[in-house]
Amino acid sequence: MPVGLIFYRTFEHGLSAPIEAITSSDGLHAFWLTIVCVGIAVPLNTIFGVITALVLVRQDFRGKSLVNAVIDVPFAISPVIIGLALFLVYAPRNSWFGGWLMDQGVQVIFSVPGMVLATIFVSLPFVVREVMPVLQEIGTDQEEAAETLGATPWQTFWRVTLPAIRWGVSYGVVLATARALGEFGAVSVVAGNISGQTQTLPLFVRSQFDNLNLAGAYAAGIVLAILAISVLFSMNLLQRRSARNAGGGDEDHELPGPGVFVPQPIEKEA
Amino acid sequence: MAISVKNVTKRFGDFVALDDVSIDVPDGGLTALLGPSGSGKSTLLRVIAGLEQPDEGQVLISGEDNTETRVQDRNVGFVFQHYAAFKHMTVYDNIAFGLKIKGEGSGTIRERVKQLIELVHLKGYEKRFPNQLSGGQRQRMALARALAVEPRVLLLDEPFGALDAKVREELRTWLRRLHDDVHVTTIFVTHDQEEAMDVAEQIIVMNDGKVEQSGGPRDLYEDPASEFVMSFVGPAHRLGDAWVRPHDVDIRHEPNGQTIEAMIQRIVHLGFEVRVELTLTDGEQFSVQLTRDEVDQLELTEGQIVFVRPRSTRVFAPDGRGSSVTNQPEVAS
Repeated sequence: MPVGLIFYRTFEHGLSAPIEAITSSDGLHAFWLTIVCVGIAVPLNTIFGVITALVLVRQDFRGKSLVNAVIDVPFAISPVIIGLALFLVYAPRNSWFGGWLMDQGVQVIFSVPGMVLATIFVSLPFVVREVMPVLQEIGTDQEEAAETLGATPWQTFWRVTLPAIRWGVSYGVVLATARALGEFGAVSVVAGNISGQTQTLPLFVRSQFDNLNLAGAYAAGIVLAILAISVLFSMNLLQRRSARNAGGGDEDHELPGPGVFVPQPIEKEA
Repeated sequence: MAISVKNVTKRFGDFVALDDVSIDVPDGGLTALLGPSGSGKSTLLRVIAGLEQPDEGQVLISGEDNTETRVQDRNVGFVFQHYAAFKHMTVYDNIAFGLKIKGEGSGTIRERVKQLIELVHLKGYEKRFPNQLSGGQRQRMALARALAVEPRVLLLDEPFGALDAKVREELRTWLRRLHDDVHVTTIFVTHDQEEAMDVAEQIIVMNDGKVEQSGGPRDLYEDPASEFVMSFVGPAHRLGDAWVRPHDVDIRHEPNGQTIEAMIQRIVHLGFEVRVELTLTDGEQFSVQLTRDEVDQLELTEGQIVFVRPRSTRVFAPDGRGSSVTNQPEVAS
């Protein structure tokens, strides 16, 4: 309903105002910057997530439960606080090494690197948390079987482990992408919200809204919604295709039971 | 010897899974590692495969010291209790996996997989996925996958443990025949003494991380080295200090000085065999194995008081090892 209402409001006074807003240079830049943040944060988080999950599930080491708990920090802490923390560490003045980085010619706060960092941080736990239960579930039998057949750890990972956890990884990627697309709090603190420079789509929506350009805000909101929905939708298609490839068998699709943070936009398709 | 394990010790924390274990497995043989759960038999198999690293001792395969060799380079075939099928691959790709890793040409792979599929009777199932197969079919696929790389030894970890009784028996016979065809040195782990005696030429009985005895099925049954082997391999009951097999007991209606009084609790008909469950006067329970005809002749009924006489008993030395057999000839009455 509310989403439908946004659609209605956007085009209430014709097409020109909303289109103008999102095709303005600021609007396009915000769109582009969002894609950049997501495009860097999500792949990094995917790699990090799979490695972390493997280490946490397959290895034993001191401090494991601590690491396990720390993974969830981005869920537990308000994104605004995360933004503030990044600010304290990286701000050009009065921070841990923001000043030093500045001397090296790298500006983190009020610029793109900080926004990417913030996006990475808020979407950090998704892949780890989706992959861990799947790894636990599949156990080590298949990996050991591959090893006895001569596969190196690297071959075993690509040919056996990764295909076995692919659904967990996919879910994690979708959730992380959705989260990264919509992130407002942490990014807004570190970005400084300079339109045309450090504005992602959510920040753009906000500034349009503040400037009473409601049609523009709604239009940008729709773009954001379409992005998010198409991510979920493409996931769904992907899953359907793989299910067909798997010969219709459904055993592989016993995904981790929905954890606390798992919404259910994606239906199981046999 | 195809496989020699020398003085291997393996600990998991405080738990000693293998305690100075040494075994020898002859070339081309079919050997069973038999023991209750927690006896260390699976750990020993995994040490031989290289899936576990022993804390002490050596593993020799075909005369080479392989203790430090990586599992990938040992060239052993391993079959897991729960199949460990690659679920995202077809039967064909599962079996071809090891050959692809080895970098064999596609022609060779096709040829070899085709042979193996015929060998394990899975023709027509090449394109199926593991979840479209029955348990028995999955395990046959797993066996073909392990055999594909022409391993020096084949190791089976409770290969039939997850299957139901009938399929288990079929696969047992099938494995026996397969071994006659393929002749690869095979060790299989089982906790089922009947399975071990049915399939294996040599049985190694393990308990508590140690080898209790190794030998042919008949040796173990007729000449058990310890009380543990006596009680674990085949049924046996303790009467005082002596051990007796259920088929080494006579039942009669009158006492004769050598007999013990007992009451029939239950008569269980198992086809040709009948198991008569008895309670002695001191409350001790044990059972006697008779044929159907013997039970009919004796006209046994539940609740009856009878007199039993062990024909042959075995007494072990106080440390549980070394034994003497007493055969009691029937006293004419």
